[in-house]
Amino acid sequence: MSESRLGPSETLRRTGVPAEADLDGLKSALARPAGMVAGPMAVLECFQRIPCDPCASSCKRGAIAPFADINDLPAFDPEKCNGCGLCVARCPGLAIFVVDETFGPDEALIKLAYEFLPLPERDGVVAALDREGRPTGQARVVRVQRPKSKDESTVVWVAVPKSLAWVVRSIRVEEGRLAQEASRES
Amino acid sequence: MKSVEVAVVGAGPAGLSAALAAAGQGASVALIERDERLGGQLVKQTHKFFGSERQEAGVRGFVIARGLAEAVAAEPAIEVRLSSTALGYYTDKVVYLEEPDGLVKLRAERTIITTGAAERMLAFPGNDLPGVYGAGAVQTLMNVHAVRPGSRVLMVGAGNIGLIVSYQLLQARVEVAAVLEAAPHVGGYLVHAAKIRRAGVPILVSHSVKEALGEREVRGVVVQRLDSAWKPVPETEATIVCDVICLATGLTPLTELAWQVGCKMGYVPELGGHVPWHDEDMRTTIEDIYVAGDCSGVEEASAAMVGGRLAGLSAAASLGHDRRVAEMKEVAREELAALRAGPTGDKIRKGLARLRGAGGSG
Repeated sequence: MSESRLGPSETLRRTGVPAEADLDGLKSALARPAGMVAGPMAVLECFQRIPCDPCASSCKRGAIAPFADINDLPAFDPEKCNGCGLCVARCPGLAIFVVDETFGPDEALIKLAYEFLPLPERDGVVAALDREGRPTGQARVVRVQRPKSKDESTVVWVAVPKSLAWVVRSIRVEEGRLAQEASRES
Repeated sequence: MKSVEVAVVGAGPAGLSAALAAAGQGASVALIERDERLGGQLVKQTHKFFGSERQEAGVRGFVIARGLAEAVAAEPAIEVRLSSTALGYYTDKVVYLEEPDGLVKLRAERTIITTGAAERMLAFPGNDLPGVYGAGAVQTLMNVHAVRPGSRVLMVGAGNIGLIVSYQLLQARVEVAAVLEAAPHVGGYLVHAAKIRRAGVPILVSHSVKEALGEREVRGVVVQRLDSAWKPVPETEATIVCDVICLATGLTPLTELAWQVGCKMGYVPELGGHVPWHDEDMRTTIEDIYVAGDCSGVEEASAAMVGGRLAGLSAAASLGHDRRVAEMKEVAREELAALRAGPTGDKIRKGLARLRGAGGSG
């Protein structure tokens, strides 16, 4: 990937938040060839060369190439990715997301790793947060994939307005709401 | 007097790996640990490790600790001595241990020092108030004893430890007011930084602590901006309300035993301070003494495990054990080189070059 030579942006190094400069390279690398059906695809927000390689073996379709040097950035082949999200559960940096901009007429689907309690509930509503943890609105929980082992992360699928597909990267479970819903059901 | 071929002092990632490697070669090993349990800092690490899958990348630290401890328990050649503190080393190859039942002398043909590192303190008014913690203590409270250290924390230091412990605090439902960093950039892995930013925690680079507030306990902290020369900028003070100030301002190698033995020491800032000179086999200038892990240079746990393995293999090989030992050492050296190959390995590579450049004589 071209950004491997440039390295993380100054903004990212100062703030910990990927800047447009970091994300632009990512978006262009993700562009699928003309004629391919769009759909869910892994977005690897991994901008710094660190010694780390589990994403490559997590992918059963070979979309993330084996590492020649474990410090390389992952080499991702969008043509082979079907957005399954195995890499999302596995990435030690919790830096991989799946984004599906074709999920619904108005909604995009985002799969993200979530390691806090309580877990959100399927069909519940959670706060949708951007890369700085700022609320951007609400997200609908489509699915909660529990990890198969301690070494994976829970992966939460959320539906958000299509315009926020590249904005929402975290969620917050509002416990007051959960309690409210629970009491209404009982 | 009890006697073994290899004594390993400290059962963290480096020591566990060293003991297993030496025993795997057929050496008899005593594994000496001050704490009541094996694993060192690994037992507190709830995050998935980095490194290569050959060093168990993707596995959470406490799971790695459990695996290593089980392997040690299954190895009859390793005698584990818990609650055992190495007090000193005599030139006739005797390690002196303080144990619950009294003092024990242990003769060891080779000794591998894997004592780890200690946290650096930060000087500021009020740093002796209750509520000022080291990051290691916060992790011990939360992840070993299930006790929250407070309700709102100011983290000092945006290296990997500061970022990881901030994340663990959030997981324990403790608020993190901000992470301060004196340097102009985040020092730890940016993916760790991005994780806590997404959770709403600000990171203030070029900032430091001016003073802690509170009479009897921490009630807050005054922070200030630093200029490019790391000097406080006047009129930039701001008050942050918190009941915990958590210091993650770096580690320094725990080298008392190496000093006492008489190993040649070198001051290498990139490795965290004074470290024992050691060659590519992890051997110090004292023939029978080896080192590995943070006490040989502060680095990630994945590197400590490989360094420990290399020290264990080298110590066993020096006693004549040879189960494809040369080949296994070569593999370990290659793994270390790979871990250190990238930009995040610059510092350790520079440090080791500086240490080795200082020469091994004397």
